[in-house]
Amino acid sequence: MGLTGIQIFKYLPKTNCGDCKFPTCLAFAMRLAAAQVRLDACPHVSEESKKILTEVSAPPIRLIKLGAGDRTIEIGDETVLFRHEKKFNHPSALALAIADNLSDQEIESKVQEVNNSVMERVGQQLRVDLICLQDKSGDAGRFAQVAKKVAGSSTAGLILHSLKPEIIKAGLTETVTRNPLIYAATEENQSQMAALAKEYRVPLAVFSDKGLEALSSLAEKVAAAGVEDLVLDSGARSSGRMLSDLTQIRRAAAKKKFKPLGYPTIVFPGEGGGDALMEAARAGIGIMKYASLIVLNSIGKESLLPLYTLRQNIFTDPQQPMQVGENLYKVGEPTETSPLLITTNFSLTYFIVLGEIENSKVPSWLLVADSEGLSVLTAWAADKFNAPKIAKLVKKQNVEDRIKHRNLIIPGYVSVLSGEIEEELPGWKVLVGPREAANIPKYLRDMA
Amino acid sequence: MAFTVPKEVYNGKINQVEVGRDQHKLILGGEEVLPFLSFEGKAVSTVPLALEVHDVNPGDWAPSLTAVYGSAMNDPVQWARMCQDEFKADMICLRLSGTHPDNGDRSAEEAGKVVQAVLAAVKVPLIILGSNHAEKDAAVIKHVAEVAANTGSIIGKAQEKNYKTFAAVATAYGHKLVALSDLDINLSKQLNILLTQSGFDGKNIIIDAMSSTLGYGLEYTYSVMERIRLSALQQNDAMMQMPMICDVGEVTWKIKEAKASEEDQPAWGPAKPRGVLWETLTALSFLMAGGNLVVFRHPEALGMVRKTVAELATAA
Repeated sequence: MGLTGIQIFKYLPKTNCGDCKFPTCLAFAMRLAAAQVRLDACPHVSEESKKILTEVSAPPIRLIKLGAGDRTIEIGDETVLFRHEKKFNHPSALALAIADNLSDQEIESKVQEVNNSVMERVGQQLRVDLICLQDKSGDAGRFAQVAKKVAGSSTAGLILHSLKPEIIKAGLTETVTRNPLIYAATEENQSQMAALAKEYRVPLAVFSDKGLEALSSLAEKVAAAGVEDLVLDSGARSSGRMLSDLTQIRRAAAKKKFKPLGYPTIVFPGEGGGDALMEAARAGIGIMKYASLIVLNSIGKESLLPLYTLRQNIFTDPQQPMQVGENLYKVGEPTETSPLLITTNFSLTYFIVLGEIENSKVPSWLLVADSEGLSVLTAWAADKFNAPKIAKLVKKQNVEDRIKHRNLIIPGYVSVLSGEIEEELPGWKVLVGPREAANIPKYLRDMA
Repeated sequence: MAFTVPKEVYNGKINQVEVGRDQHKLILGGEEVLPFLSFEGKAVSTVPLALEVHDVNPGDWAPSLTAVYGSAMNDPVQWARMCQDEFKADMICLRLSGTHPDNGDRSAEEAGKVVQAVLAAVKVPLIILGSNHAEKDAAVIKHVAEVAANTGSIIGKAQEKNYKTFAAVATAYGHKLVALSDLDINLSKQLNILLTQSGFDGKNIIIDAMSSTLGYGLEYTYSVMERIRLSALQQNDAMMQMPMICDVGEVTWKIKEAKASEEDQPAWGPAKPRGVLWETLTALSFLMAGGNLVVFRHPEALGMVRKTVAELATAA
């Protein structure tokens, strides 16, 4: 953000009242400067200070909300170019394009595809977030009718896609409570589109494929007309243009504080030609490189799972390892005599161990200990994966009721724990497994 | 407010490494900007893409892969020809997995015969890798590197435990070297320093930052590679300016998301396009993070990445 802690401090009440949960106003100011807290946490800041601070602390890329209720999506509000610098805040939202000239039945089946797009991975619900309703009929009545139908059969966010203001208006009358994005204002229609966005208080996409200079001056015009929530489309349809334009937009906004481009972006990877897999590959580039909204023409499950996973990976907080839940997991169809292994809950550790047990084809039990997201060696060094914790976990998960034998396989790297675990768990025998997960298949097969 | 193109100033560039023999040489690296950002300087327009071939039939490959290679997997020569002629691989990555003590423990001489036969059968440059058993690899590579002398191959993988042997034979027989370290920018730099201090020419090193796959640590590799590229280009760190190899096929086709059939996982859609896309997106991620050479298992993933690279190279 623009101001340092000391500069922010000047605008705070300086009473050190502690209502913000920080001991002093200065401490609070430091957190504000690092964007770790919000100004609202201080109930006493004056209206005047609030105005100044909000203005200067506005994110370089505007935060835009789309959709309604629990399906509200936030995009934008990014501050860095590389994920190792600071977490990317808002994952790219995915949308499915639906043309209004399809049959009602085809439209309904595409809407259901979006409704059924939910998958779970590492405890997160992943889904296609929006439907982009495209005017291909040129008929305002048809567009409005389809918009109403789509809004009725899905709670997904909506994008109304037409360059004709009268068609957008027809769609808006049916969907305005859902806070749709309207797409798009161009050089030709901008004053009417801006008027609609203002009248209905919805966000507006601006489109110009005449270069970023033209796009930024168009965005400036629309903003000057009083529309604050904008989304940018530079017309990039190939991977190369996407990378080049989105990088320049992100840099201009985040590093140079160039306000006319300080908005989220939208891309259409399916419009660049090729089949569904090429579309997905381009969408992948968008996820990696700064696309806020990605409108797809097809959402086969085989494309969605990799795209969801990529989105999850790129937008993970680099400071906070992903964790899986503490549990006794089944790998294959284990019986009460199948081997029992233990590992930590760092998602990467869990996935790799799980994968190798699966590769062994030996049905097994995998006990996952909460190590606060640390890998085995790190968790052991930090004393978060030790004998008392392991013993407690065995009891807590009722392992002794679910499994007949009393053999626990521990990771080879923590072989030193074996004696202590046996002391903590009378009747149990600790077996030292391999150090590297890659050797698990051989280990389990040799055991069987 | 007028828009000006926000260009970065770079102080360093990536080494250009030439591999292969005769009329079939290829260039790795050489870019002077972050990947494919040709609006601000010299970017690469092609990236060599390799397919994996094994000395012995791996036996456990996913149906999507065995359907492609069929019985050729029993014969490394036929397999390599198929990759070169039919699937247009720019390079062949020959993995001597049969030399692993747990996988047949073939001798260096046996491995050498395979290398010789494959070199005779194909013209494209070779990446010759051991079985990722540090001690055995050191023993095997001495002989294999000699067999492949003066073919400008890439050999590997040199690790902290065996780098001296690798450095000596790569120098003696004119090969480039893959330097593999655990996923950590400092370890990667450290290995490059050790190699150059032992007298190996840093211009012949190719960094392996340790590839992972989508959903299984991709974000770690991605960020380590991005940081390596930034230190090479922005801080002009000579020990980070080597081209990077992305070994994505091996890690990708091990996981269940790439392998599981649709019958077993109906919610995941058909297996083949899912696996191909998994490998494609993993490769593209590492290319966006600064990779200069990719090793694939599925030729369709190679094809998709080739098309995407062509798109990336023509931004205007």
